[in-house]
Amino acid sequence: MAVPKRKKSRSRTRSRRAQWKAAPLTLVACDRCGETKLPHTLCENCGTYNKRQVIAV
Amino acid sequence: MPTPKKGPRLGGSGAHQKHMLANLAKSLIEHGGITTTQAKARELRPFVEPLITKARKGGLHNRRQVMATLEIRNSAFYDGGGVIAKLFEEIGPAYAERPGGYTRIIKLGPRRGDNAPMARIELVEARTIAQQATDEASAATRRAVKESQARQSVVPAAEPAEAEDAATTDTEAEASAQEAEQTDAETSETE
Repeated sequence: MAVPKRKKSRSRTRSRRAQWKAAPLTLVACDRCGETKLPHTLCENCGTYNKRQVIAV
Repeated sequence: MPTPKKGPRLGGSGAHQKHMLANLAKSLIEHGGITTTQAKARELRPFVEPLITKARKGGLHNRRQVMATLEIRNSAFYDGGGVIAKLFEEIGPAYAERPGGYTRIIKLGPRRGDNAPMARIELVEARTIAQQATDEASAATRRAVKESQARQSVVPAAEPAEAEDAATTDTEAEASAQEAEQTDAETSETE
């Protein structure tokens, strides 16, 4: 069976994992309340989209 | 013979998708708007809009075709709960003047639990006469802006801004009666 020849050093492991990053979200300000929200999506804060009340809050 | 769509089906099989879309369509007609996943909302739109077009046309044949698609069979146990009547007697006549585009999909963001992108699909409101007037006015001003931009493409910087200002005042005058209409006019301008 194929097995690793060498133990992976802490340095190698940590260097590899240093590249695991979360991408920043794209956010825009709501037209009505100014709260940040996802673009092209309903505003969770005031329940409006395109200045139209969609859900009750 | 209609060719089945390529790619995955909702719910795993063609039959499951058919039943699910029929159920979603019935709920949409019954309640006027439903919250579901974005994928289902997107599949539902081309499923339900032809049914509404049939409801606009009316007649026994169209009614039977819609019943077949919505899987409503006249039986002792289930008669569709008035969905067909509502579709043909309320929704169809209300959209008599609307050439398609009866539904609106609004994205609601990811769902807690499985992070599925959710959406709300709803039947758009039938336009009132006042709203139709504002629609026409804003369309006319948009056309005017476009024409003036085309004419004065030599000086593109200053002129379009002025034309747009004129457009907003025009539509505001038209829609000053109601706040809701105002919002509509603004919406159609931004689109």
